[in-house]
Amino acid sequence: MQGITGREGSYHTARCIDYGTQVVAGVTPGKGGQLFADKVPVYDTVKQGVDDANANTSLVFVPPAFAAEAIIEAIDAGIETVICITEGMPVSDSIKVCEYVKRMGARLIGPNCPGIISPIDKVKAGIMPGHVYAPGRVGVVSRSGTLTYEAVGQLTPLGIGQSTCVGIGGDPVSGSDFVDVLGLFEKDDATDAIVMIGEIGGTKEQEAAEFIESNVSKPVISLIVGQTAPPGRRMGHAGAIITGTAALASSKVKSLEKAGAFIVPSPADIGSTTKQALE
Amino acid sequence: MKLHEYQAKALLAKYGVTVPKGEVASNINEVRKIANNFGGKCVVKVQIHAGGRGKSGGVKLVDSVESASDEAKNMLSGNIVTLQTTSEGVPVNELLIEEALNVVEELYLSILVDGGLGRVIVMASEAGGMEIEQVAEDTPEKILKVVIDPAIGLMSYQARNLAIGLGLNKELHGQFIKLLLSAFNAFIQTDCSLIEVNPLAITAEGRLLAIDAKASIDDDALFRQKDESLNYDSRQEPEIEMLARTSGLSYVKLDGDVGCLVNGAGLAMATMDVTMAAGATPANFLDVGGGADVDKVHKAVDILLSDPGVKKVFVNIFGGILRCDVVAEGIVAATKASKSPVPPIVVRMLGTNADEGRKILKEADIGVHLVNDFTEATETIKSLS
Repeated sequence: MQGITGREGSYHTARCIDYGTQVVAGVTPGKGGQLFADKVPVYDTVKQGVDDANANTSLVFVPPAFAAEAIIEAIDAGIETVICITEGMPVSDSIKVCEYVKRMGARLIGPNCPGIISPIDKVKAGIMPGHVYAPGRVGVVSRSGTLTYEAVGQLTPLGIGQSTCVGIGGDPVSGSDFVDVLGLFEKDDATDAIVMIGEIGGTKEQEAAEFIESNVSKPVISLIVGQTAPPGRRMGHAGAIITGTAALASSKVKSLEKAGAFIVPSPADIGSTTKQALE
Repeated sequence: MKLHEYQAKALLAKYGVTVPKGEVASNINEVRKIANNFGGKCVVKVQIHAGGRGKSGGVKLVDSVESASDEAKNMLSGNIVTLQTTSEGVPVNELLIEEALNVVEELYLSILVDGGLGRVIVMASEAGGMEIEQVAEDTPEKILKVVIDPAIGLMSYQARNLAIGLGLNKELHGQFIKLLLSAFNAFIQTDCSLIEVNPLAITAEGRLLAIDAKASIDDDALFRQKDESLNYDSRQEPEIEMLARTSGLSYVKLDGDVGCLVNGAGLAMATMDVTMAAGATPANFLDVGGGADVDKVHKAVDILLSDPGVKKVFVNIFGGILRCDVVAEGIVAATKASKSPVPPIVVRMLGTNADEGRKILKEADIGVHLVNDFTEATETIKSLS
């Protein structure tokens, strides 16, 4: 946990531990030597946490101005998967960091994302409300946080549990795209079907569609939100701005339909469409 | 953060891009003085944050101080409506008065972030002076792209390749390369999300200049960009949006009558889509964010209630980090403090502390309609009209 002693970091570290996550180390420069919640050692650097406690995944909660450095520090310390929760990282920082991650062969989820949860393994590395999720065989990947909770909130009551849910984040430049996560779900024996939630802006959903067509054999159920957003206006997420026809919801839906995905007609139908697709 | 044309040009000039001589005026006296310096022959341009001003009478070439003054009077008299503004238009507070140039050719140049590639790209086209979206649609082969490696930056040879691709006369290559490298430097140093020079003009005298320029600074990088000449002109945005922004809320005004209050951008867009599909129209996009407290929710409700177009309110909250009881307390506080009559409020609450939130709303007895799912929500909204 990078930024474990901060307001967000400490709150969510406690929630992750409650859920069952094995939190082995925290990092806050200058606060090394403390214990978080009487059990998790706090270090000054990520490297100390890796050397001492064998951490292999990190969650970044540090403020936007320092997030890029925190991610790079984690990778240099040998962390394999970095999950950056921080919202509001400058795009130029994201560009540099994503390039570095790629070059070092590491994996970055985010920035500006809710993280990852695997209900089947009782691991939560993120800020999502754990009690909504239930173990099962559907993987969920999404650009949005609360909309993922909405999706899961529709799935769980229908008896459709989840293997792993990944939030890739709402920024225009991010460490992992739909394609990366779809590839992982395709290989994952615990996942039978994939729910993919996209939105307006950019072309990540079209790239996903191309990938699905030739590389994904499992059923993909897809929702695209922002059909009613006016062009040129940023809808909260920095990536959610429609520029050009490719960024439109309709063009994304068309590509996914062509790729054979089950299209969720309205955000109210995520659960029911998934149920039909599974039958 | 959008900049005005004159700010964008000052920024580019600072880094070595050639721009026309010009000065900013906010009243007729200043206009006359500047126009006089150009011997009366000049261009008068409204300074607004929206495009499409040329077609709406916002750019005029004049040949005397008198006609400069007449055009300026007209431009400064009220809002200007363009294809990219609302029907109300945007206010014209400043004019840029520039030297008139003898332009023989117009090109297009821009630097921006390509999210899909995760890199900065440079785009150039021989088809200058037109909407680049239109060029991309009609003649995509006329758009040249260079993808920039973040560790290397833009190299001279890449700029030279573009100059050749644009079919520029060899004498202009040096000017073009210097201009592009300077603009790229400005983009990187000031954390821009966009620099667009359209048109980039070639004059009869063989000069290359940025005749028009747009620039936006990455909002998320403003903490490290403190240059005062890059100040944001908040007069260009509706008061309600400014209020939302300064309260830390993500808000976009729309044309409907259902005020929406949601946590999370994706869920907020989904809520708009569901509302629309049910035959109602959202009055806004509003994301209160994950870290909202009672006060912030209070402000969000205030903003919805201050919009005269809002006839009913749809609150859709999936509690995660944000607890439903916090939202409920904010709603109760805002409606009790409201001096004007409060429209019917439909509330859907799920997730963290949803039961507590619903209980607070029920006990406050403020006439809130509690619903469970999207279908029930939209049916209730429709029944209220």
